[in-house]
Amino acid sequence: MTGERVTDVPVVSLAGVDKDFALPGGATMTALTGIDLDLRRGEFVSLIGPSGCGKSTLLRLIGDLTQPSAGVVTVNGKPAPQARLDRDYGMVFQAPVLFDWRTVEENVRLPLELTGQERTARDARVAEMLELVELPDFARHYPYQLSGGMQQRVAIARALTFSPAILLMDEPFGALDEMTRERMNSEVLRIWEQTGITVVFVTHSIPEAVFLSSRVVVMSARPGRITRIVEVDLPRPRGVETRESRRYFEMVTQVREALRSGEGSGTSDDSLASIERAEAEGLTG
Amino acid sequence: MKRAFAILRHNAPAIIVLVGGIALWEAVIRGLAIRAFILPAPSSIARALGENWTTGYQILPAAQATLQEAGGGLIAGALLGLAVAFAVARYPSARDIVLPVGIAVNAIPIVAFAPLANQWFGSQSVYSKMAISAALVFFPIMINVLRGLTSVNASSLELMRSYAGSEMAVLTKVRIPNALPFFLTGLKIGTTLSLIGAVVGEYFGGLNVALGRVVVESASTLSFEVTWAAIAVVSAVGIVMYLAVLAAERVLIPWHPSVRGERVA
Repeated sequence: MTGERVTDVPVVSLAGVDKDFALPGGATMTALTGIDLDLRRGEFVSLIGPSGCGKSTLLRLIGDLTQPSAGVVTVNGKPAPQARLDRDYGMVFQAPVLFDWRTVEENVRLPLELTGQERTARDARVAEMLELVELPDFARHYPYQLSGGMQQRVAIARALTFSPAILLMDEPFGALDEMTRERMNSEVLRIWEQTGITVVFVTHSIPEAVFLSSRVVVMSARPGRITRIVEVDLPRPRGVETRESRRYFEMVTQVREALRSGEGSGTSDDSLASIERAEAEGLTG
Repeated sequence: MKRAFAILRHNAPAIIVLVGGIALWEAVIRGLAIRAFILPAPSSIARALGENWTTGYQILPAAQATLQEAGGGLIAGALLGLAVAFAVARYPSARDIVLPVGIAVNAIPIVAFAPLANQWFGSQSVYSKMAISAALVFFPIMINVLRGLTSVNASSLELMRSYAGSEMAVLTKVRIPNALPFFLTGLKIGTTLSLIGAVVGEYFGGLNVALGRVVVESASTLSFEVTWAAIAVVSAVGIVMYLAVLAAERVLIPWHPSVRGERVA
């Protein structure tokens, strides 16, 4: 996979995608409308926008965790549901979603248990993943014994165990403090460079989006749509110097202005966020 | 050695209160010359216990019989509770039927059925006592396990979906581990209930060598020291059963906050 970085073959493609949510009382709410987006293999793409612009919904559409009302979602050249069944992507949520009853290595092993992989190959892969996120010394710890940043690293290791083509990350560092977040950003870039994976990264932090991405997809709310795509031409590898460079500040300003111009009425729409939550909880039943 | 000392220090306040309470009890009985049929002194209860341990009222074999009934009832009630909880969790439509009926049945004072259970299973049979125990244990286990199986984090289910995990994988890797602490909580409640069921069942007849019989018969002959001795042994059996569940918790759910919090620092 590393050989063909950033080719023209889209690894994720959304064409004419709409997403409506049914509201209680028979009304519908348009969460996303007219989404056309192609992601190139090996790209690092951020989705940014005000709360309620549907950026998480867009990510969940790619992952087949929710289905489009209109349009086509293609992942790895297949319909999104097939890509999910083929385990073509790994998902990292805002909360680490580790199982309390499993140690770190058992959590990372979980996806491999679902495929019934042979034990020694499995254990080797888990060790390799813990090496990748630099947590091999914590293999036998329980999640409660780790800091928030470490828990999220375990979640990343778990998402990567299948060597998926795509990594979907939904505001993964939103709950972390600024220092930890910056460290995690560098960590994610290192892993991205090491594995050649395509990353789709939802965030509401402009600096985070600029620092990480090849492209930043700027969205606006009510209804959610893509207003601009900003190419980030900062040189790689990126590090502390990047955050202090003039070009970086220019890019941050550019994204901020793109966000502001897309704001329209100037208010964000929190009701969509609550519907997304309700929909996710609907899976419990 | 160091660890034993730490445990001792941790439990010292409880031990002091227990020993002090018994000493005070002894002193009050002697000081005020309270008659044994009101409240016997701890020393005379201990003497009665020693005299009737294997002879006379045979408290040791009686305790073994009661433990067997309560234990059997606990296991049967737990299995039944687990079975119903899994079925109801699997078929949500069953929940609307089973839960209201379950709650209504739970409102019935089940011990009132003890004489009937003796009719159904035979008053000399251990099964009549086990049946009462099982009926008492069933409900808390069923409700707790059901809650554990269904109160699963929505993101955990999404995670399993993103891995294309089957229903079976969700059950074995998410729902069952999630329900385990709930089951153990139900089991802790169940230990006490199972003993109540066994002893009350024995009140209405049954094996001559059983703690409930010792209580009834010693009280009817005004041997209240023996009655108290039997009650003390029932309590001890209950505590041992409870401690057994606690020990199981430490092995089965070392990650759970309730277990973590209990560790001596």
